[in-house]
Amino acid sequence: MLEIMLSVLIVVGALFTFIGSLGLARLDDFYTRLHGPTKATTLGVGALLIASVLYFSSRGEGLSLHEVLVTLFLFITAPVSAHLLAKAALHLRVRSIAPPPAEAEDPLADTRARAGE
Amino acid sequence: MLNIAVSISFALVSGALFLSLWRLLRGPDKPDRILALDTLYINTIALLVLLGIHLSSSLYFEAALLIAMMGFVGTVALCKYLLRGDIIE
Repeated sequence: MLEIMLSVLIVVGALFTFIGSLGLARLDDFYTRLHGPTKATTLGVGALLIASVLYFSSRGEGLSLHEVLVTLFLFITAPVSAHLLAKAALHLRVRSIAPPPAEAEDPLADTRARAGE
Repeated sequence: MLNIAVSISFALVSGALFLSLWRLLRGPDKPDRILALDTLYINTIALLVLLGIHLSSSLYFEAALLIAMMGFVGTVALCKYLLRGDIIE
């Protein structure tokens, strides 16, 4: 029973890690690429770390909680680094596939419509 | 059964490492490369945890913890450099 649970957790974690990197390699612009790894890898590594806690706790040496440190650290730092990366990309004006908003294209559109042009 | 699962997972995580490496080498902009490095170190943590389960040794967690801390510091330093042109102001 424990072995089945461990196997499922390990394979799910590795699959999420792989899909996150696949998103990093295959998506078209930086902002969509940021989405893949920052969510999928923390979920993947999270599942692997839960599997590791179960495995080392089941070996009869008491509850193993080293992994909680790694999990906690990763879960705190992943959003921070994603936020900083997005800020850096916006600062450098990295190319985006999203079209600019309509008002941004013509900031005077309102004034012109009122003046009857 | 656990051995088969661990073998499959080693293959998947190694594939993930290669995909991140590809993005690191190719990535058109600087933030892309930093993101690829970030993913690379998270994948390395996954690989170390898997190795710990495979060899039944809890020695690898210290390495994983160190990589997690140093990787975060590296990502933040690189982002600050891109944002400000300087790391410690």
